[in-house]
Amino acid sequence: MEFHKATLDNGLQIVAEQSPAAHSVAVGFFVRTGSRDETQEVSGVSHFLEHMVFKGTDRFAADDVNRIFDEIGAKYNASTSEEVTLFYGAVLPEYLPRIFDLLAEILRPSLRTDDFEMEKKVILEEIGRYEDEPTFTAYETLMQTHFAGHPLGQCILGTVDSINALTADQMRGYFNQRYLAGNITLAVAGNFDWDEVLALAEKHCINWPAGDPGRTVTEAQPPGGVEVITNPSSHHQHIMQMTPAPPSAHPDRYAAELLGVIVGDDSGSRMYWDLVDPGYAEIAEMSYNDYDGSGVYLMYCGCAPDQTAENMRRIETIFNEVNVKGVTEEELMQAKNKVSSRIVLRSERPMGRLGALGSNWLYRGEYRSVEDDLDVIDGITTDDIRRLLDEYPLGQTTTTAVGPLESLNGEAS
Amino acid sequence: MQAQDIRTTQLPNGLTLVMERMPDVRSAAFSMLIPAGNIYDPPGQEGCAAVLSDLITRGAGDRNSQQLAFDLDNLGLQRSESASGSHLGLSGATIADRLPDVLRIYADIVLRPQLPADQFDAARAGIAQSLHSIEDEPRQKAMQELRRRSYPSPWGLPSDGNLEGLSQLTADTVRTHYENCFRPSETILGIAGNFDVQAIQKIVEECFGEWPDKPAPTVEVSDWAPNVSHIAHESTQTHIGVAYESVPYRDEGYYNAWAAVNILGGGMSSRLFTEVREKRGLCYSVYASLSALRDQGRVFCYAGSTNERAQETLDVMLAELQRLPEGIKEGELERCKAGAKSSLIMQQESSSSRASAVARDWYHLGRVTTLDEVHQKVDALTVPSILKYVDEHPADNFTVLTLGPESLEVNLGVS
Repeated sequence: MEFHKATLDNGLQIVAEQSPAAHSVAVGFFVRTGSRDETQEVSGVSHFLEHMVFKGTDRFAADDVNRIFDEIGAKYNASTSEEVTLFYGAVLPEYLPRIFDLLAEILRPSLRTDDFEMEKKVILEEIGRYEDEPTFTAYETLMQTHFAGHPLGQCILGTVDSINALTADQMRGYFNQRYLAGNITLAVAGNFDWDEVLALAEKHCINWPAGDPGRTVTEAQPPGGVEVITNPSSHHQHIMQMTPAPPSAHPDRYAAELLGVIVGDDSGSRMYWDLVDPGYAEIAEMSYNDYDGSGVYLMYCGCAPDQTAENMRRIETIFNEVNVKGVTEEELMQAKNKVSSRIVLRSERPMGRLGALGSNWLYRGEYRSVEDDLDVIDGITTDDIRRLLDEYPLGQTTTTAVGPLESLNGEAS
Repeated sequence: MQAQDIRTTQLPNGLTLVMERMPDVRSAAFSMLIPAGNIYDPPGQEGCAAVLSDLITRGAGDRNSQQLAFDLDNLGLQRSESASGSHLGLSGATIADRLPDVLRIYADIVLRPQLPADQFDAARAGIAQSLHSIEDEPRQKAMQELRRRSYPSPWGLPSDGNLEGLSQLTADTVRTHYENCFRPSETILGIAGNFDVQAIQKIVEECFGEWPDKPAPTVEVSDWAPNVSHIAHESTQTHIGVAYESVPYRDEGYYNAWAAVNILGGGMSSRLFTEVREKRGLCYSVYASLSALRDQGRVFCYAGSTNERAQETLDVMLAELQRLPEGIKEGELERCKAGAKSSLIMQQESSSSRASAVARDWYHLGRVTTLDEVHQKVDALTVPSILKYVDEHPADNFTVLTLGPESLEVNLGVS
């Protein structure tokens, strides 16, 4: 593994991890923009824009974009989160120039009004699809409630109303503010030649406008609360909870990840043994999610409605015990083994390394090899977990639920 | 393409061990297919194999449930257990040097499970929970119901069974299922990754060599015919599933069938994606894929569309499926080939992909196809060969399942 980095004159940052034994190469443009960077009037524009990028440019029509990706056998897609819009693809090394040309080209899309109106229908279908999933509704509501008054509470897809009201001009304005070279990181992982990557970036990206719109980052102060959405046609009760955790740049983020595994992994965790193994819940998990300036522990429990109150008490008991007594050496060792193994397995594919490579640079301006991560994890002690719990205790700050119940202590409707 | 190092051995008791050594990875993975899937569920007690797949890891050899999970977690094993059709599958992946310890524990799980009667209720409750949870996932529910209606029973039945069957199930039935079905002949152990082939073979022989064989249980297969049905569901979108007959993996026409489906609904330049989503904006998700059992195959298509636009979506889908015999462009075929080629090469970056591929190959073919061989078969595809296949296996006799507030009409021959 060899790491390379460079910055173009317009501010585009390039990070690359070379592994000659890989069979493929993965390329990703990480644009530091998402729902938290939107105003209310343009809610959902980041995600809608992610779709519009695939509608092409003067050089490539929408049909051409999809066709060329498929012609080179690319495994490709894009995603939008609260903070990052990512366009990526993996190909065999011989196709690196073609995928690079295509990805770089579409990052300056035409944003034609006709395409915008047609894609609007697809976005509304996507909203409809998620509306049919109670877990999605629970998560959306949880983010809005937990981060009320904070930009992280803004929803990624937007609403039917905000999407209907959005204009192509508003999208063009947003694009011109956010898709600046200084706000984009290019990451490359796998089997490639660094000089070639640099030459491709110079050739295709050097004319992108410079600039960095920045982002206001303050740690959220969640007001907390309980929100119950009664949905009589839902079979399960879907309960989600959040409580504050370290933000993405916090040194204790690895400890937070390990704590998440100990308490709420999908197998062998405290929540697993107390809720899933006895058959009280279909799912009971907790994980650590980090953002710019804020972090959360996200808990999800899906169970029969009449077991909800009891399950929430079980979870509260687990949280309280961990807060008071910490975790055992045995639990920590087990979590380290799990997490280390996951890192190694995920890293075997260039596509698996791309996310870590891009995120580490975007969020912290640092490169971390697989070995770096394994070393940090190996060195974490129960004292580190203790310190973390003192600063960020587990809790049930914000709760949302979707299902047949009218209240979380009540009966099914 | 890099030469593959694949070894196949059959133990005297019938267990087949297929190993692929991958020197460029740090991991090792296994996929064990045991002929104990849900097609062997006793009628009226559906869900038996699913409960067994949960109970099987609740204690084995001299480890109780917690000790077993603890030891596997400490080996960093990413594992899963599932029942599906013909098999109960056990699989896992971890760092390569831990593979011998993992295999020794799995010998206990497969040969000496405790199947504790006092945990039967918990295991059954877990399966019941997952049956309830799919009711809240209309897309998955629609495709599960499409599958059920597309194959003769017990093929295509949901692997988790049903609530009625679960309520009739007892711990004894599950134990009997284990005793009747778990046997070395027809069990396939696929292993891939960076390991010493001889050492692993020796461990497998030590661990599984004494496993006594027994005769295979029989399965009653029902009659089946294509059908159209609707499930009423209050939802924003109507979820549409369309299926029709295709060929199994071992059929000589398989690669042509695969190419035809790929052209229809594989990638973002496929016909369904272009016509349904890109040109008309009727949906977010639309695709077609090939499902292959050992002796039969189906094409499954899906689209989800808001209720008022669902009829148009179904009409456009069916028109595209029926239009395929009119012609295929060279470019469409070339894109198929490019996708297949890169998938094949990228498979070599993952021990889990290879372990499950070699085990699956053995089940379908009784041998392992090398990536080179698949590559050659894909290269040999031509537009005339695909059109000949489509002519012999046209998209007709559709099974259609819709899930949403209103049923739809199946309009054939309309474009």
